[in-house]
Amino acid sequence: MTEGKKTSSSLTLLYDTIRWEEKAIYEAAKKKGIEIKNIDCKDIVLDLNTFSSEYTNQTIIQRCVSYFKNLHSTAALEGLGANVINPLNTNVTCGNKLFTHMLLQKNGIRTPKVITAFSPKSALSALENFGYPAIIKPTIGSWGRLIALLRDKDAAKGVFEDREHMFPLYHVYYLEEFVSRPPRDIRAIVVGDVVAAAIYRYSESDEWKTNMALGGRAENCPITDELEEVCIKSSRAVGGKIVGVDLMESSKEGLLVHEVNNTTEFKNTVKITGINIQDMIVDYSVNYQIN
Amino acid sequence: MVKCEECDAEIKIPEDSIEGEIVSCPDCGSSYELVKIEGGFTTKPAQVVGEDWGQ
Repeated sequence: MTEGKKTSSSLTLLYDTIRWEEKAIYEAAKKKGIEIKNIDCKDIVLDLNTFSSEYTNQTIIQRCVSYFKNLHSTAALEGLGANVINPLNTNVTCGNKLFTHMLLQKNGIRTPKVITAFSPKSALSALENFGYPAIIKPTIGSWGRLIALLRDKDAAKGVFEDREHMFPLYHVYYLEEFVSRPPRDIRAIVVGDVVAAAIYRYSESDEWKTNMALGGRAENCPITDELEEVCIKSSRAVGGKIVGVDLMESSKEGLLVHEVNNTTEFKNTVKITGINIQDMIVDYSVNYQIN
Repeated sequence: MVKCEECDAEIKIPEDSIEGEIVSCPDCGSSYELVKIEGGFTTKPAQVVGEDWGQ
């Protein structure tokens, strides 16, 4: 399938919660005179025993904040012939830190060093060589939830013991190096092959995580040639159409990509940079592929 | 204008609201999802955060 062959006269925005971003996209489309239909994912029923539906050939901007609703509704709609932004494979990859790491690495994009193990014993043993401090992250999860800084073996043992009583996903020990860097990271929004805007996200004074959901503040981040190249390569590596690339500035290795977000938030980026990302998303989406 | 189910305060619904949007009670902070009805909106309690929410 090729992109941009035909333009779509209408768009569908699939959501489970209307946040600032969803409303901004909706209003941007309306202002441009583009027909846009908001559909609550919680209200739809999809018949999976057919090859076509009312969504066949529709361009759907996937904006469900629930990862599992997002993933499964994308799979169903794509199977029914809809053009979902982002596509299923992108959502599968971006939703899982391990999957993302492997693809970034395969595509020559620098990313923090990671080891993975599948039992507390092997994870503890591996950390002896990997070194402390290290960060444990759920392979699926967002907004800094259940991410812990392991400063030493005792901390690791405590966290690992807790995890053994949790859902099996948390028995996958994804251990990332603690990157020496300024107290900030970068969120860059990529729309198609364009890095629309980027911000620095500073952590709160008593918080090492930089997720905006945990507080913190943001500043404009200039888009350098290096940043642009890394972001475009990262987006392409995951097959992304509209993504948010998160990067750290390693004091040793320069820019490291640690996450690519497939349903990216961009409210803070718009507010800080003044770039109208919602317009860019609508423009890209109406020109997106038609089956 | 709707009443907060938790504290009975009045919640103003902006004119440019759309269905599914979240509004918060100015007094207690409870969140509500807007549901379209004839002639305006009503509210239902909103899911504030899910275990798999993010990005």
